[in-house]
Amino acid sequence: MVSTLVIALRACVVTLVLTGVLYPLAVTGVAQVLFPHEARGSLVKDEQGRVVGSALIGQGFSQPGYFQPRPSAAGAGYDAAASSGSNLGPTSQKLKDRVTEEAARLRRENPDAQGPMPADLVTTSASGLDPHLSPEAVRWQAVRVARARGVAAERVLALVDTYVEGRTLGVLGEPRVNVLLLNLAMDRQFGRPSRPPSPPMGAIAPAAGGIGLP
Amino acid sequence: MTLIGWSQILSFFALLLVLTKPLGAYLFRVFEGDTQPLPRVLGPVERVLLRLTGAADRREQTWLEYSGALLAFSVVGMVILYGLQRAQHLLPLNPQGLGAVGPELAFNTAASFVANTNWQSYAGESTMSYLTQMVGLAWQNFVSAAAGLGVALALARGFTRRPGPEGAKTLGNFWVDVTRATLYVLLPVSFVVALFFVSQGMLQNFAPYHELTTLEGAKQTLAMGPVASQEVIKMLGTNGGGFFNANSAHPFENPTPLTNLVQMLLIFVIPAALTYTYGKMAGDTKQGWVLFSAMSLLFFAGVAAAYAAESQPNAAVASAAVTQDGNMEGKEVRYGVPASALFATVTTDASCGAVNSMHDSFNPLGGLVPLVNMQLGEVIFGGVGAGLYGILIMVVLAVFIAGLMVGRTPEYLGKKIESREMKLAMLYVLIFPLFILGLSAVAAVIPQGVSSLNNAGPHGLTELLYAFTSGTANNGSAFAGLNANTPFWNISLGLAMLGGRFLMIVPALAIAGSMVGKKVVPVGPGTFPTNGALFTGLLVSVVLIVGALTFFPALSLGPIVEHFLAGAGKVY
Repeated sequence: MVSTLVIALRACVVTLVLTGVLYPLAVTGVAQVLFPHEARGSLVKDEQGRVVGSALIGQGFSQPGYFQPRPSAAGAGYDAAASSGSNLGPTSQKLKDRVTEEAARLRRENPDAQGPMPADLVTTSASGLDPHLSPEAVRWQAVRVARARGVAAERVLALVDTYVEGRTLGVLGEPRVNVLLLNLAMDRQFGRPSRPPSPPMGAIAPAAGGIGLP
Repeated sequence: MTLIGWSQILSFFALLLVLTKPLGAYLFRVFEGDTQPLPRVLGPVERVLLRLTGAADRREQTWLEYSGALLAFSVVGMVILYGLQRAQHLLPLNPQGLGAVGPELAFNTAASFVANTNWQSYAGESTMSYLTQMVGLAWQNFVSAAAGLGVALALARGFTRRPGPEGAKTLGNFWVDVTRATLYVLLPVSFVVALFFVSQGMLQNFAPYHELTTLEGAKQTLAMGPVASQEVIKMLGTNGGGFFNANSAHPFENPTPLTNLVQMLLIFVIPAALTYTYGKMAGDTKQGWVLFSAMSLLFFAGVAAAYAAESQPNAAVASAAVTQDGNMEGKEVRYGVPASALFATVTTDASCGAVNSMHDSFNPLGGLVPLVNMQLGEVIFGGVGAGLYGILIMVVLAVFIAGLMVGRTPEYLGKKIESREMKLAMLYVLIFPLFILGLSAVAAVIPQGVSSLNNAGPHGLTELLYAFTSGTANNGSAFAGLNANTPFWNISLGLAMLGGRFLMIVPALAIAGSMVGKKVVPVGPGTFPTNGALFTGLLVSVVLIVGALTFFPALSLGPIVEHFLAGAGKVY
């Protein structure tokens, strides 16, 4: 009995050091050499070289000149330190009220949108950090975005088309558009949108240039 | 449902099928072979590890000694894990300065990870330091899977060992099994796949959370951490405990459709391969393919039902007059409906419990599938090791029923199944619903239970039934709206997880102990063959009947009634 417990304790220490210390340190060491950009969060910069987000993590957009992401249940919305879904079921009054309100807001802000509204615009994702929208949900917003920026909708739609990612190997996953990367591309091509209220971090002049990857 | 959706599901299964035989043969060589793979490189490491453990004699153990070793290993592991959480504020690798984990939550989490359940009453990014995640939780991800593998091997040896003239009593050595599982199987796969995961965008760093200003000028804090190294073993060991709260829905924890596919394969690959290993141990690989086929039939039934249900619109979202291409509440755009329904089926067939979509927001019948998968006892491929020993108990029941039908003493692989084994098998079968239904009934009538619910109406009942099912079945997925971080839920679920693991392992090992010494009777004309399609059908029926009879009344009050209420547009 006692000898079994002693062996158990020794086995715990041995496996803990092997799998809990040496293994993750080895993975970290190799990963930081081979894939430093990915291992550190796939950060993206704007044309000034300022880190504005991660290519994998969604962020909130509310200005009419930007494409807006799905609603988010992570913290107060797109809180990347508090990932979460809504966890509301299909017989939930709260869910019904939320989507009704969200759809009304979107219709109000997109009076000229063509066709029916895709459901991903009113549903929250599982993580609350979904960086993507379906191509339909992006195109649905294109008229509003084009008008807010004073450019032709066709030019915006053409840019959107270049940002549609297809299924992996033609089979896996769903077609999608990364909202942050698209909005950054919009800024590069058309300049920053004129912003009605609350200017953030100082005035920034639009400039050409790629997304800086650290 | 679409063609492309089904091609995702079928290509996943085709890859699994391709991997089953080679990995199964590899596992046979690791655990039962005369020489292990890479003897010059890994052989000395194995010897050093066993010497450090104090088990260098590799003495064969009886079922009682094997159980004792497993229980001692688990108890010590649980104490260490509890201590790590309670003291994490004093320990290094805690850049966010997260405080000590409270006692009930630390108990729940320690029980959860030692029992290979990985139910999480906490949100990883706001509760656990990097050290706790890596040294505590990921460590138990490895060794609880290795221990489960050991139990499966011991039971398989009980059925397949041929006693010599002086009889046989022993089932192998627990420490050797755990060491080999870790060294030859779990660690090498984890290392390689972790690097692949990082290449796809998964995090692997020890940096403090990254604060940045978004394009619109808002503040955003990105949680960081050593994610990829933990993520592989979370899947490969069918553990399922996420680094982050959103688990495999979090883009840093499952960035692309390709990582999603690999994660699902990692969940199923060892349980599937073990059926082949078992066939080799039995000296008749058809015995293993019978188990594989029965599991596959149940898997396809589940995925078809889940995919069909989730392809339907969400009733609450319908009120917004939007075009719904299936139910997208609680799902990620990059996976969509088919890859979410497939993941939900895989993770609950196996006792993994990782999620890439929120089961709580599934349509009623879509949420029914994960629930039923778990209630069938985690035998559809099942957990690492747990799936094989679970299905072998069902085999004992099926053989017994077949024996009653043909009027002969039931026998399996030439060994007679007698009253002692049947009593132990029934104990195994009955402990499971006792915990699930008993605790759910208590939680449904006391304020400490119902006050944690996130949804009202029948969906609320499903939330609590799902929690105790998941805990007892050692799955760990959740209808995650439930606020489980309360003293009542932490303690009751902690006990359910420990009961569902260890109170079921001991009877399984006892069956192994009583089978291993039995004489082998030669195959005769009255022997019921257990390596053909007839037995596969019988086995599937037994699994379904045992599960359905036990849980159908509870299910009809939860997801089934909710299905009709949702159809009538009712909300709560």
